Amino acid sequence: MAYSIPSDDHEHAIDTSGPLEYSTEENKLKILGFWVFLGAEFVLFSCLFATYIVLHGNTAGGPTSQQLYDVNGFMTETMLLLVSSFTSGLAIHAMRNNQKNQMIVWWIITMGLGAGFVGMEISEFVHYVSIGATISRSAFLSGFFTLVGTHGAHVTLGFFWMLSILIQIIRKGITPITARKAFVVSLYWHFLDVVWIFIFTVVYLTGKVV
Amino acid sequence: MDTSHHDGYEHTAVSTHREGFPWKDIIGLVLSLALTFTSLHIVLTHALPIGALITAIVVLAVFQLFVQLFLFMHLTEKTGTRSNIGAMAFGLFVAFTIVAGSIWIMAFNSSSS
Repeated sequence: MAYSIPSDDHEHAIDTSGPLEYSTEENKLKILGFWVFLGAEFVLFSCLFATYIVLHGNTAGGPTSQQLYDVNGFMTETMLLLVSSFTSGLAIHAMRNNQKNQMIVWWIITMGLGAGFVGMEISEFVHYVSIGATISRSAFLSGFFTLVGTHGAHVTLGFFWMLSILIQIIRKGITPITARKAFVVSLYWHFLDVVWIFIFTVVYLTGKVV
Repeated sequence: MDTSHHDGYEHTAVSTHREGFPWKDIIGLVLSLALTFTSLHIVLTHALPIGALITAIVVLAVFQLFVQLFLFMHLTEKTGTRSNIGAMAFGLFVAFTIVAGSIWIMAFNSSSS
């Protein structure tokens, strides 16, 4: 087995002409790998959507979606997540202009909006359970809590992931490695908003008319 | 390619790349808000018959998916590899097949039983 020892110049070559997160081959590959992961996440959520849609009418005498969903509640959740997707985009924009402080401000605003979203969803779930609409009440509610709860768990994970990247940005600054990590978590955050758009449309809006 | 920062590059590498005013993000936000409130309006006013209404809001959601992918996630920017478009397209194709196929087969089930 003859491995050639790669020279440092070749292996760690940094291309400073584009955004920092794409500046090395390793970074480019890791970002591509994350896109593949997001493709798989779409498939995961599509199974939960299919289950929910098929079981939507099976309420077993329990509350229906029209009785349960509150327009003001789910619109607030939608706005929080949509604006947080926008602010995380602004954080990456600041990062690409090497404005560390601006990036940190947008990053913290994004996390705050995300925490607000999770808080709203927890209080929504607690309210449902308090009026007897639990996950075991009907097939409809099993599908609902599994789909919306899986998304909420993703947002919660995303919040703590963003917190860990925030600490790294503060301590190490904007380097090729921290820039790539921040870019990947921003892709994840936008993806969670994409999934929410479909929950908003297929679960909440449709659930108000059917 | 600039290798002059060879030693300790991890802490000193600064990209010469700069971006102007974040128009893409702002247009994306405005479009997303417009699409979201259009959907809400259609539903609250029952502006369409039920089948057409659900089709309309799903189409609006798909538009918003593209707003996110192209304006927020920079799916097509040329700095990375282009394979991410293929990965995304395949994931969305499988997702669509699972959802549409499930609705189709279950609708067939309930009409034949």
